Amino acid sequence: MTDATTSSLPSATPVSGKGSLMQQDARTRKRNAAETRFKAYGIAAITIGMLMLLVLVYNIVSRGTGAFQQTFVTLEVALPAEKLDKNGTRNLDDIKKVSTFGYTPLLRDAFEAKIAEKNIETELSGKEMAGILSAGAAAQLRDFVLADPTVIGSTVAFEFLASSRVDGYLKNRVSRDSIANDKNISAEQLDFVDQLTASGAIEKRFNLDFITGADSSDARPEAAGMGVSMMGSFFMMLVVLALALPIGVAASIYLEEFAPKNWLTDIIEVNISNLAAVPSIVFGILGLAVFINYMHLPTSAPLVGGLVLTLMTLPTIIISTRASLKAVPPSIRDAALGVGASKMQSVFHHVLPLAAPGILTGTIIGLAQALGETAPLLLIGMVGFIASNPPDSIASGLLDPNSAMPAQIYEWAKRADPAFYERAWGGIIILLLFLVTMNTIAVILRRRFERRW
Amino acid sequence: MNDMRILERDVDTNTIKIAARGVQVYYGDNHAIKDVDVDIQDKTVTAFIGPSGCGKSTFLRCLNRMNDTIDVCRVEGDIHIDGEDIYDKRVDPVQLRAKVGMVFQKPNPFPKSIYDNVAYGPRIHGLAKNKAELDEIVENALRRAAIWSEVKDRLTAPGTGLSGGQQQRLCIARAVATEPEVLLMDEPCSALDPIATAQVEELIDELRQNYSVVIVTHSMQQAARVSQKTAFFHLGNLVEYGETGNIFTNPEDPRTESYITGRIG
Repeated sequence: MTDATTSSLPSATPVSGKGSLMQQDARTRKRNAAETRFKAYGIAAITIGMLMLLVLVYNIVSRGTGAFQQTFVTLEVALPAEKLDKNGTRNLDDIKKVSTFGYTPLLRDAFEAKIAEKNIETELSGKEMAGILSAGAAAQLRDFVLADPTVIGSTVAFEFLASSRVDGYLKNRVSRDSIANDKNISAEQLDFVDQLTASGAIEKRFNLDFITGADSSDARPEAAGMGVSMMGSFFMMLVVLALALPIGVAASIYLEEFAPKNWLTDIIEVNISNLAAVPSIVFGILGLAVFINYMHLPTSAPLVGGLVLTLMTLPTIIISTRASLKAVPPSIRDAALGVGASKMQSVFHHVLPLAAPGILTGTIIGLAQALGETAPLLLIGMVGFIASNPPDSIASGLLDPNSAMPAQIYEWAKRADPAFYERAWGGIIILLLFLVTMNTIAVILRRRFERRW
Repeated sequence: MNDMRILERDVDTNTIKIAARGVQVYYGDNHAIKDVDVDIQDKTVTAFIGPSGCGKSTFLRCLNRMNDTIDVCRVEGDIHIDGEDIYDKRVDPVQLRAKVGMVFQKPNPFPKSIYDNVAYGPRIHGLAKNKAELDEIVENALRRAAIWSEVKDRLTAPGTGLSGGQQQRLCIARAVATEPEVLLMDEPCSALDPIATAQVEELIDELRQNYSVVIVTHSMQQAARVSQKTAFFHLGNLVEYGETGNIFTNPEDPRTESYITGRIG
């Protein structure tokens, strides 16, 4: 009990054996110095890490954002009936006889009309003027006419993709010096581009086709897009989710809750941990040998890619599921068994719901890992120029040759034209956005469903 | 101490509910229970006391085969409930545990609503035909566990949000909701404060009307307060078993006397 009458603190007594508390002794100073140093190391490490991340993000963003913008040329193209439909019957079969080549003169005429309208002085021929357009411009015209033959005879305003050189010129990637030896474009053409830009016929704006479109051939980097390979990735993830989640969760539940603890389950456990560390290219070789050479599944198909990535993701899912099952306190199992629930009821009614957030988080992280995986896709032929159209059904999405996002990025980075290089960085931005989104979902799920007991 | 009160309390019935003969329990090589014979009477509170690690919880867990969940645990000997061998091959432990309910040391409500906690047992055993019947079972169980008045307005609130004492009474309600015949309690008050302990003890005394209650406790005062019969375990042996009043006032074995007077523990 406190003595209520004590009013003042006792006066300082002479320093006893331990010394005064007001002075740090040598050992304490040393200990404190070590702690301060350790904290400094930690802060330094974090700073370096953050700087690296900053440099990485800055690099990716500064190089990749260009891919989301594209240069377009606006032209009013006359579609004369005497050239496109000589018989005048508007019969689709007749119109189809006019090849892409037959549409090229229309583009020249459109440019002639344009310079007359805008009073632009140029010595370029019509062919040279049309050279600033993407090689796909004539095909774009033809597709438009075939889709709706009634437009023949009228004049329609089109937005054509500019060629990658012109696009690069507007993005400061291409200069008059750098094209000195380039036979695809001349300084006069760049002058012409400047004049058109001044008159408003050429402008740079957001390009949705980069996100939704298909890959293109080497000659037309301006038309290349991520869309189809995104579908490829999507179908692969569908396969991974449909196979890895149920198999992984079932295996973990059995191993964790039902399997007897003996040498056999120990071996299985060790091997699952080992599998998680196996390089992904090994799974690629396995996939090539088993799924393609032995089972004769189609090459380059997202189904095969998904199967290979399933093998790769399974250990991750099993390990995280087992960890979250282990984290459920045994008292919950006891409680369920105590009221007469069977083993399976206690697992499915009580343990699994509590472990679900952990399982979901593990699955999403496993999926994110699989989404960014390139090496196994190399071996099953999902890397390369796969100019497919967006799949029109689930079956074709699974079985038709396709690429995947990281494989598409790798493919672009490999090509010679710097315009593709820019698209590779742009693709990385899209891929990273997906991964960040998935990881954020994982974190939110964990936060939201985390239960305390 | 309130020894006088114990002497006055009489045992209602002499029907034997659980009979154990020659029970041996091994955890791997460790011989945890050595040759225990005991008869537990119906509608009686039987207390198991003894120092830590003496095997009283282990023996309790044999009575509803909770030890089955431990891989290395092996039980020998006979335990009969109502004359039936519960370790017989034909006995499903799940069915047994519906008949022999259990309350654990640490309150362990499911992380679900109060209602669902109590309704879980009746649901899996199909005790209610419809919602109204289930509501009635839940209400009765909560009333018998003396917690109804505190939770009747918040049955949908999570059971884990209750205080420790309320949680333990909820667990008792959950155990009685499945209509067991025997209620095993493994140190039900060790995680509770004195007020909650008093409430649970009062409850145990009321439960005696309907069930045979077996309680493991570290507190000799508690054993003296709530039980009619007491068994003293020491190093895996059942040293002494008899009327609670006799054990505490006139123990036959010197070890029992040493323990209750605090000389060994």
